[in-house]
Amino acid sequence: MPTVYIDDKSIELAPGEKLNCIQAAERAGIEIPSYCYHPALSVVASCRMCLVEVGEKKPDGTVSIPPKVFPGCQTPVKDGTVIVTNSKRVLDAQKATLEYLLLNHPLDCPVCDQAGECGLQDFSYKYGRGYSRLNEPKNIKPDKDYIGEQITLFTDRCIMCTRCVRFTREYSGTGELQVINRGSHEEIDIFPGQPCDNKLAGNVVDLCPVGALCSKDFLYEQRVWWLKGKDSVCPGCSTGCSIRVDQNNDVLYRLKPRYNPQAQGHFMCDEGRFGWKYISSEKRLRQPYQKQGAGLAPSNWNTVMPAVKTAIATQVKAAPSKFAAIISPWSTVEEAYLLAKLLKGMSSDITLALGPVRHVGDDDHYPKTVTGAPPKDVKFTIRAEKCPNRRGVEGVLQHFQGSVISFETIESQLKSGALEGLFVLNADPEATFTADFVQAAKGLKLLVVQDLLESPLANEAHFVLAGAAWAEKEGTFVNHNGLAQGIFRGVRGPGEARPDGRILWELNDRKGLFRASTVRQEIANEINAFAPLILGDLGEHGVMLNSSTIPATKELQPV
Amino acid sequence: MPICADDVEWVEEPTMNFWESTFLPAIFGGLQITGSHVVDGKTVTHQYPEEKPVLPAHYRGVHRLNKDEAGRVKCVACMMCATACPAHCISIVATEAPKDDPLWNGRDKFPLSFELDELKCIYCGMCEEACPCDAIELTHIYDLVGTTRQELLFDKNKLLSVYDQTKDCGLDPVRTKRGALSGCSEFANLPTLGPATSVKADDRAAKAASPGVIHD
Repeated sequence: MPTVYIDDKSIELAPGEKLNCIQAAERAGIEIPSYCYHPALSVVASCRMCLVEVGEKKPDGTVSIPPKVFPGCQTPVKDGTVIVTNSKRVLDAQKATLEYLLLNHPLDCPVCDQAGECGLQDFSYKYGRGYSRLNEPKNIKPDKDYIGEQITLFTDRCIMCTRCVRFTREYSGTGELQVINRGSHEEIDIFPGQPCDNKLAGNVVDLCPVGALCSKDFLYEQRVWWLKGKDSVCPGCSTGCSIRVDQNNDVLYRLKPRYNPQAQGHFMCDEGRFGWKYISSEKRLRQPYQKQGAGLAPSNWNTVMPAVKTAIATQVKAAPSKFAAIISPWSTVEEAYLLAKLLKGMSSDITLALGPVRHVGDDDHYPKTVTGAPPKDVKFTIRAEKCPNRRGVEGVLQHFQGSVISFETIESQLKSGALEGLFVLNADPEATFTADFVQAAKGLKLLVVQDLLESPLANEAHFVLAGAAWAEKEGTFVNHNGLAQGIFRGVRGPGEARPDGRILWELNDRKGLFRASTVRQEIANEINAFAPLILGDLGEHGVMLNSSTIPATKELQPV
Repeated sequence: MPICADDVEWVEEPTMNFWESTFLPAIFGGLQITGSHVVDGKTVTHQYPEEKPVLPAHYRGVHRLNKDEAGRVKCVACMMCATACPAHCISIVATEAPKDDPLWNGRDKFPLSFELDELKCIYCGMCEEACPCDAIELTHIYDLVGTTRQELLFDKNKLLSVYDQTKDCGLDPVRTKRGALSGCSEFANLPTLGPATSVKADDRAAKAASPGVIHD
């Protein structure tokens, strides 16, 4: 096995594996500081922060190390490579590099949004000199807030790593950003009148190792050390990007992509990144409602829950074949399972249907090409299917009634008057229930709506149960590719709103508290398609379901 | 770790003689001290509030928010004080300084609201210590009275008015004269600091007497 030596440690390479010094050291648990290197982008070795001594161990056991330093990001390792990261030569190089990077850096950390998660702060503290020898005034360059609709550039904070430039060229393929001028006059800029507004633009803010590129949405909102993060999954489309939900005092402030090689890689799109504002909307349901006369009257959970249970039981007993439930593709697998279990346990004649699956345009592949032709090597896809869990809900429906009934079918049944009772489990903030649908729903003997936002449909309901948005509940989302990922509760819902899983757990008359991992294990035991979830914990990167058991209706795209 | 028997020293209570066991000498000794204070003519009682005490220079009372030369609030809303505060009594909402307003020229961020709960505060002075631009300082005002809790929830204007009230009174001078943003951003105005990081004697920086350089 090829062996690489890093300081006092060694690692073994798999056959055919290609690593650079930074990756090799990372595997050995040793940090080589770097700014311009990013695993998803090409290597330019321009920041010089990763300088290390690299030598070779000869077959006779002697080690020869050339008396100079090499950029670790650009130096591949092979059998017998020796990397030294802690010699005086390397430490001096790191100090010198940081001193150069800080020459013109304004050190306005008190007002900088990046402070607390800044590469320059961290590495200055760990590897820097701690004082400055510069006696001259600093180079001050004007701020540019025209870089993009969501991005602003504090030009003087930039250390010219060009991660953002390479991202727009190689990943989004749109190439809006460039370096203008030379030497110490170098600046990041756009082409005149061509702002960086592509759908992946928000990622350049995450890529920026310093506070040069900032998000206008998050600017000055919070200091980052106050934010508490929870792992989650973006519900914006069926790609299911792994993300982190950052909150403080139950207020959601931002979403950050989380690296997941099985889902989307390193990044996320702006639709998902900024598309969560409905969570704090004024139109959120804050308590359960019950029909009183012509309108809805606010109620509380203690009265509503027994009343809903009795109403459903009575209605199902009267006409089981005329009772249906619509389960949103925004609901988690656990919620779909609990509702299906409840209703199918009452009568097997009840119809379970999939909620409206929204499609917007076509799948959007990146990097973009100059000609507009589809890219040969797709690096990122924003999918047309705007829901996170169609495959998960379909898997549950398939198990309980053998087939998936589409929303269109149940809608036509409703309009023809074939239904008397309906349970709508909705979690999609933009679910499209047409005026016709609402009109037809008026004639129902029992309509229960579990939703997160006020809607015309909820106004016609006999019972409205205030549910939670995706960031307020825990459960499982299955993406387009059959990857089951866990979501966790980042914030608490507004007012009396409860996580949907808890509401359904209580409707099922189960004892104790709703815990997603317990229900997940129960599902894995009962439904073959979900057997890989048996551990309950899905880990950081999720678990692939056997894709042959849940047939994909659309052709899969490589991620 | 158990105590070793050799380390333990046993001390016996001294035995009392006849007079001591009556406790009368101790009682009269005490009365003598009390009596001497009755007749020595010195007063230790302060006639507060007619007569105000002289407080030490480092006394930590009500907070103030300093203003800069242009009359703007000096605070840049970095929230270090709120982070350092052990009582969580400071809440700040930051906002971007208006770019087209010449008053805010050279400033990126300022506090839209700055609320300090004087009732929650424990007057430890950590906010003043944490502040990188000397915007928050504790004054000598100690006689803080209010009839409602709301009155003692100091907002930005109230904290700025404490500055106007105290800056010329002699007791609370603005202690430092650092730049608009912070000391760390303006090396030319930075006084020489004590050694935070050790500098080798042969280092060129250690020999140069330049501002911002930390000497051993």
